[in-house]
Amino acid sequence: VSTDGSDSPDRVAGRREVTRAAIGIGLYAGAFGVTFGAISVGSGLGLAQVVLLSTVMFTGASQFALVGAIAAGGSPFAAIPAALLLGVRNAFYGAPIARILRPRGLRRVWEAHFVIDETTAMAVAQPTAAASRYAFWATGSILFACWVAGSVAGALIGRGINPSALGLDAAAPAIFLALLVPQMKRSGAPGVAIAAAVLALALIPVAQPGVPVIAAAAVAIAGGLMPRPPTVRPDAVTVASERR
Amino acid sequence: MTARWIAILIASVGCYGLKLAGLCLPESVLRHASVQRIAGLLPLAMLSALIAVDLFGANGRYSFDWHALAGVAAASVALRLRQGLLVVFLVAITVSAASRLAG
Repeated sequence: VSTDGSDSPDRVAGRREVTRAAIGIGLYAGAFGVTFGAISVGSGLGLAQVVLLSTVMFTGASQFALVGAIAAGGSPFAAIPAALLLGVRNAFYGAPIARILRPRGLRRVWEAHFVIDETTAMAVAQPTAAASRYAFWATGSILFACWVAGSVAGALIGRGINPSALGLDAAAPAIFLALLVPQMKRSGAPGVAIAAAVLALALIPVAQPGVPVIAAAAVAIAGGLMPRPPTVRPDAVTVASERR
Repeated sequence: MTARWIAILIASVGCYGLKLAGLCLPESVLRHASVQRIAGLLPLAMLSALIAVDLFGANGRYSFDWHALAGVAAASVALRLRQGLLVVFLVAITVSAASRLAG
């Protein structure tokens, strides 16, 4: 752990490694952005709407959810809760990020924009606060540039092509599946995922488009409030042995 | 300004607001065990429901497309083989497009 001079060899090497990882994330984000742009124009959105979503909303899952819900038909306002619900996890990244970046005052307004899955994962993986700050900003700035550029390219290429002929109708559910799989290790995840899918499927013919996905939030809330099976905590063991 | 533009603006500002709220929330709230569990389960419940609706619903009716399903099935194999998101995406669109070409 090096906290001295700004150009110590350790620190320079660490930063190079973080930058390389951030560029890798940027490449994937660029390709993902092209898909987003193409799917968006395939769903009837204009280039300006794609640019606004990628620069201002700037959180992939919510953007795909919004566009998917708009494409499903019905009032565009029914698409808002799906996007917001998928953005809720960014609010919970606030806790680890606040501890690392220690944002204050107006800086917080700017930093908040970059709190997403990838920047949080990169920041929390670093050994020092300075390295975390660097990882957060390197990942955030590269990812943002690639995501917006990819979205614009996808919107321009996507115009006039048939997304389903290119297989793009399979892209959104496949990407959601890829985002879902790493989360299945969480306690209670398989039950919640299956119940959410079953509830959404049951609501398809009876509810407005967009509502089946929102209703699935109730499954997560029920799952989170359900009492956990008792686990033996280290402090509980200590207390028990002290009493003996 | 169309309803779609307004919806996009509201959702975009709302998503930013959620990020900002997270940085502003007191840790005592976010540390609450059931809040953390619900927050952890919300995205996966949403994603699971989105996959179900994408594959089996369209405009408030049950509908189902073999070609898209083939693409997603191939993507799940790629996931099982621990491929990254980019590969999963390419496999999904390639298999779906090939299946549609084939018939």
